[in-house]
Amino acid sequence: MFEGWDAVVLARAQFAFTMSFHIVFPAFSIGLASYLAVLEALWLWTGREVFINLFNYWLKIFAVAFGMGVVSGIVMSYQFGTNWAAFSDKAGPVVGPLMAYEVLTAFFLESGFLGVMLFGLKRVGPRLHFLATVMVAIGTLISAFWILSSNSWMQTPAGYAVNADGQFVAADWLKVIFNPSFPFRLVHMVLAAYLTTALVVGAVGAYHLLRDRHLAGPRVMFSMAMWMATLVAPIQILAGDQHGLNTLEHQPVKIMAMEGHFDSHPNGAPLILFGLPDEAAAKVKYAIEIPKMGSLILKHSPNAPLAGLDTVPRENWPPVPITFWSFRIMVGMGLLMLALGLFSLWTRWRGTLYQTRLLHIFAMTMGPAGFIAVIAGWVTTETGRQPFTVYGLLRTVDSASPLAAPAVGSSLLAFVIVYFIVYAAGLTYLFRLMAAPPHPGEEGPSGETPTHAAGITPAVGVTAHGAAE
Amino acid sequence: MTGVIELATIWAFIIAFAVFVYVVMDGFDLGLGILYPMFPNKTDRDVIMNSVAPVWDGNETWLVLGGGGLMAAFPLAYAVLMPALYTPVIAMLVGLIFRGVAFEFRWRTTQSERNLWDLAFTGGSLLATLAQGIALGAILQGVHVEGRHYAGGWWDWLTPFSILTGLALVIGYALLGATWLIMKTEGELRDKAYRLSWWLLFAMLGAIGAVSIATPFLHVQYTHRWFSWPNIIFTAPVPIAVAGVTVLLLRSLENKWDYQPFFLSLALFALSYAGLGISMYPYIVPQSITIWQAAAPENSLVFLLIGVSVLIPLILGYTSWAYWVFRGKVRPESGYH
Repeated sequence: MFEGWDAVVLARAQFAFTMSFHIVFPAFSIGLASYLAVLEALWLWTGREVFINLFNYWLKIFAVAFGMGVVSGIVMSYQFGTNWAAFSDKAGPVVGPLMAYEVLTAFFLESGFLGVMLFGLKRVGPRLHFLATVMVAIGTLISAFWILSSNSWMQTPAGYAVNADGQFVAADWLKVIFNPSFPFRLVHMVLAAYLTTALVVGAVGAYHLLRDRHLAGPRVMFSMAMWMATLVAPIQILAGDQHGLNTLEHQPVKIMAMEGHFDSHPNGAPLILFGLPDEAAAKVKYAIEIPKMGSLILKHSPNAPLAGLDTVPRENWPPVPITFWSFRIMVGMGLLMLALGLFSLWTRWRGTLYQTRLLHIFAMTMGPAGFIAVIAGWVTTETGRQPFTVYGLLRTVDSASPLAAPAVGSSLLAFVIVYFIVYAAGLTYLFRLMAAPPHPGEEGPSGETPTHAAGITPAVGVTAHGAAE
Repeated sequence: MTGVIELATIWAFIIAFAVFVYVVMDGFDLGLGILYPMFPNKTDRDVIMNSVAPVWDGNETWLVLGGGGLMAAFPLAYAVLMPALYTPVIAMLVGLIFRGVAFEFRWRTTQSERNLWDLAFTGGSLLATLAQGIALGAILQGVHVEGRHYAGGWWDWLTPFSILTGLALVIGYALLGATWLIMKTEGELRDKAYRLSWWLLFAMLGAIGAVSIATPFLHVQYTHRWFSWPNIIFTAPVPIAVAGVTVLLLRSLENKWDYQPFFLSLALFALSYAGLGISMYPYIVPQSITIWQAAAPENSLVFLLIGVSVLIPLILGYTSWAYWVFRGKVRPESGYH
C-alpha cells in the first residue's frame, strides 16, 4: 500500500490531519478553563448557587475535552521526530527549548492541578480548589504563549545563526521568543479561543432556552456568552487586521495568496471578494472585486502599489486556492460572530435577550463557528507559508524524515481510523452532557454534590473571612 | 568545548531522569490497564480507575517532557531515533490515545459501551507498554545511521531481542500496577493484588535475567563494559542489589505490608534502569552517536537548563501535593466519579 505515493505529501497530510483534530481542543479548553475560573470566582464571591451549578456542568465537559486534547497533543510532540526528522535536527536547537519550556511551565501546571480541579473540591476546600482552577487556566495560557512563539519563529525567524552542522542556533533568545509575528499571533489565537468557547457556551445556553426560557443556568450562561461575543468579536477583527498588516510586512507572499493577487498593481490593488483562483493561468476567474479596496485595507491608501505573485518565482508560491478560500471562510465566520454579538446587544437593550427565538436559533447554529474559524485560520497561515517550514530558510521538502511512503501512509491511515473512532465517541459524550440542562445541585465529575459538603456554607465563610481580613 | 561536554552529560542525566520519572509514574498506571482483565467486577474496576484518575494526566506529561527534552537537548538523537522507532512510536501513541480517553469515556456511557472502553483501556495500555519495551530493545541493539540520518527501514526494530524487552516491560509494569493496588485498595481486591504480585515478581526476575543474558550478545562493547576488569567492581553491585531488593520484596509480600511492595518494585526498576545506563553510556544511539555528538549547541542547553533547575523541583513539589491530596485507600463508595 502507498507505493508510488510522495512521502512528503503524506507527511504533510498527516500533520494537517492530526493538527486540525488537535487544535479544536486547546482552542476550547483555553477558553473554557478561563470561563470555569470566572464561574468559580463568582460563586465564591456571591455565593449564588447558579454559579457552582454552571461550574460543575462545564467542568464535566472540560474533563472530556481536556483528556482528548492531551492524548492528541502527545501525538503532536512526537510527530516532529517521526515525520520531520530533518527539521528536528536543524531547527531543534531553537524550536526544541521553546516546546520544552511549554511542557515545563504549562503542561505540568495544567495536569498537576487538574486532578484537584476535577475531583478535589471536597478534599481541599473551596479556596485551594479555586487556586487549582486558576492554575489550570493560567497553564492553558502559558501553553499558548510558548507554542505560538515557536510557531511564529518558524513563520518569521529572528535572533538566529546557522552553525557548521547546518543547524539553526539561537543568537538572542529574546529575539527568538518575541519574534516579529509572535505578539500578533498570540493575541489573535487567545481571542479566538475565548470566542470559540463563548460560542459553544452560548449555543448550549440557547438550546436550553429554546426549550425552556425560564431556566436559571441557561439564562446566565447565555448572557455571559453573548457579552463575550459582543465585546470580543470586534476586538478580534481589529486584531486580525493588525496581524494581516504584520504578515504583509514579513510574509508578503502569503498575503498575495490570501488576496488572490497574481498580478502586481502599481496603482492600487482591488479587494477580491470571491472568485476561483487558477494557479496555472495565474489569475482569479470570475472575480468579484472592489477596486482600490485591497490597497486601502492593506496600505491604508487607495492608490498604494501592491506587488503580486508575478514578482515571486513559481517554486516559492504557496498553494493559492487553499490559502485564498480558507482565509475567506475565517473572515466570514468572524463577520457572523460580529453580527451575533450586535444582535444580542440589541435584544439585550430591548430587554428580550431571553425571549428572542431567532437570536437563540442563530446562537445555536453558531456553536461550531469558532472551531471552523480556528481551523480555517490555521490552514491559511500554515498553507500560506509554504513551501517552507522555517520561512525562507528551510524548505518543507528538505524537512521530512528519510522514510518511504508506505511507512508514512500506514501511520496516517492508523491515525485516521483511531481518530474517527475516538472523536466520534468523544463528541457523542460531549453532546450527551450538553443535551441535559444544568440543574440545581449539579454534580461535578466527582459525583459529589458540593452543596452537601463544601457548597454554599464555605462560600459564605470565605466571604466573611475575606471581610474580616 | 569542555562546557559542551559537561553540559551534555548533565543533560543526559536530566533526560534519563525524566524518562525514569515517567516509568515510575506511568508504569503502574499502564500496569493497571494490563491487569484490568483480571478484575472483571465493575466495583473493582471503578476503584482501580479511581486510584489513578486524578494523576494519570500528570504522569503522561513526563513522556512529553522526555520527547520534547530530547528534541531540545539532543536534536540529532531525536531526529535519528524517531524514524528508527517509527512503528513502535506510532503504536505507543495509538495505545495511549485509547487508554487516555477511556478514563473519561467509561463514566459517560452505558454498561455495554463501558465494556468496550474497558477493553480499550486494557488494549491501549498493553500496546503502549509493549511498544515502549520494544523501542528500548531496538535502541539497545543499535540502529543504522548514515551521516545525520537514520538509514534503515521501518521494520528494522523487529528482532527477538526487542520482543523480549517488550514482554519484559509488560511484566514489569504489571508488577508495578499490582503493588500499587496493594497500597491503594483493601479487602479482596488487595488480596488478589498480593497473589498477582507473587507471580509477577517471579516473572519479572525471569525477564531481568533473560534481558541481562541477551544484552552482552548484542555487542561486544556491552560484554566489555560489564565484565572486564576493573569495570566489574562497579557493575557487580547491580545484580547483587537486585538480589537484595528481591529478598526484601518477598518478605514484604509475605508479611502483607502496604507500602513496601510498591516502592521495592520501583527499586527493582531503578536497578534495571541503572543497568541500562551502564550498558549505553556514553552513547545515546548505541554504537553510533554519543551524547556529545548529539548535543544541541551550548546556548540551547544553557537556556533550557536554567528553566529545568528552577521548574523541575517546583513540578515535583506540586505533583507530590496532588498525590498527597488523594492519598490513602480508595473505597468504592468514595469514588471520584
